[in-house]
Amino acid sequence: MRLTTLTLAASLAAGAAFANPVAPADVVFTDDGAVEASLTGAPGNPEQGFKVFSDKKQGNCVACHNIEARTDLSFPGNVGPMLDGVGENRSVAELRGILTNSKNTFEGTVMPAYYKVDGFTRPGDDYTGKAPSGPLSPLLSAEQIEDVVAFLSTLK
Amino acid sequence: LALPTLSLADADDDKLVINGELEMVTKTAAPAHLDGALSEVISGWHFRDDDTQKMQMDDFDNAGMLGVEAAAEMWNAVDGSEGKSCASCHGEAESMKGVRAVYPKWNEAAGEVRTLEMQINDCRTTRMGAEELKYAGDEMTNMVGLISLQSRGMPVNVAIDGPAQATWEQGKELYYTRTGQLDLSCASCHEQNYGNMIRADHLSQGQINGFPAYRLKNAKLNGVHNRFKGCVRDTRAETYKEGSPEFIALELYVASRGNGLSVEGPSIRN
Ligand code: HEC
Ligand code: HEC
Ligand code: HEC
Repeated sequence: MRLTTLTLAASLAAGAAFANPVAPADVVFTDDGAVEASLTGAPGNPEQGFKVFSDKKQGNCVACHNIEARTDLSFPGNVGPMLDGVGENRSVAELRGILTNSKNTFEGTVMPAYYKVDGFTRPGDDYTGKAPSGPLSPLLSAEQIEDVVAFLSTLK
Repeated sequence: LALPTLSLADADDDKLVINGELEMVTKTAAPAHLDGALSEVISGWHFRDDDTQKMQMDDFDNAGMLGVEAAAEMWNAVDGSEGKSCASCHGEAESMKGVRAVYPKWNEAAGEVRTLEMQINDCRTTRMGAEELKYAGDEMTNMVGLISLQSRGMPVNVAIDGPAQATWEQGKELYYTRTGQLDLSCASCHEQNYGNMIRADHLSQGQINGFPAYRLKNAKLNGVHNRFKGCVRDTRAETYKEGSPEFIALELYVASRGNGLSVEGPSIRN
């Protein structure tokens, strides 16, 4: 029984590298809010992840978080905790879960969910203040999430 | 290392005295209805940098006064089918002393909570036979500036009970409702995180005692609903319109969170 599950999981993981990214609605969380499976099946790129983290037009994580060791961040905020050492304190699955939907890890947190497309009150069309013209896209793509997870994992 | 950064980001201890004589209450005990949420209410002035603060301390440096001057002319200008100006009925603008401090206010005859903007348009349409001013247009905001100035230094004191209570409750509900794809409420930023930095912005309590506010960003007076709209938009939400029932209710509620602070309008903000 156990063997079959393992093989099944292994073949799924192998296939995932070539499959489409996991859709926001299909992400599986553990009870603690972690996400074990990669959203893309491919490893993230930490340099890209840093760009997503610090660019106002992408993740804009610096709006709320500082990383003291990175002096190249412009105007980091302090609404969220400093992230130095977070790659030491948090597993990849935990980081992925926090990025995907932080509310499953921190109940009621002000940190936005970066891979979620429904369940919002009066969602708008980006920052226009207008109603959306179609279905929402997640704040970050599966690939961007994996890149940021890879970047955060380097913070040791 | 964390401590000094924190205290730097907190509200400062400067004193706001205008023209060297009018001392303003910019920090005071929170009104009873905020029990459990905030113990002290703080004017947005404390969260601005020294240069911006200084511009509000002297009317010669306060660029918001240009809007007030424009409105003073309009106050005396006859408009509409009845051949009247504001001055025809109200005399000098000084007669408006105390008005800003209690608005938004329940209007018994109309059976509704009215903002200053609504009251001004009511006088224009029903008493002057003139066109409504655009709710968040410059002429309207300047006129609100002129009227606010007459109450400068008086404590905000909006009524939240009696017939205004239902509107106030609606405003409170809106204040705590998270909106948009970022899923943030007014409270997420202005109650839970005032004093913190969100990117380059120093978060205040989001009080409206300073409105209308001259913003360095767009170099003119800005009304309360305009600010609300910007903040809601920044949660990646579909906003409400200026003058909408939702923003009227929210204005009453937010004004009441500042009960006890001095009326500061026109203030200077970035
Ligand atoms: C609006 C503010 C805000 C933004 C934007 C934000 N966060 Fe957070 N984040 C928080 C807060 C607040 C917490 C602490 C959790 C709590 O208790 O609410 C947090 C927690 C975290 C943690 C866990 C830290 C730990 O010590 O366990 C990580 C990792 C994290 N954020 C990463 C990110 C990344 C990456 C982004 C951008 C893609 C981001 N955050 C954007 C506010 C924010
Ligand atoms: C023909 C007379 C008339 C004219 C002209 C007039 N008003 Fe009024 N206004 C009144 C009366 C009467 C009230 C009291 C109405 C009420 O309580 O319902 C009033 C009330 C107000 C109030 C509320 C005062 C309070 O204590 O609640 C404001 C503000 C105001 N007017 C502003 C203006 C402005 C600005 C103009 C010109 C654009 C103007 N009015 C023109 C007659 C006038
Ligand atoms: C994502 C964070 C965020 C949210 C959510 C938010 N605001 Fe703001 N707000 C700001 C920032 C940043 C400023 C500019 C700095 C300051 O004064 O706090 C601001 C300024 C203000 C001001 C001007 C204060 C002054 O003294 O000039 C008011 C009023 C205000 N907000 C009200 C609201 C209301 C009401 C809501 C909810 C509908 C809201 N805000 C939601 C970030 C936010």
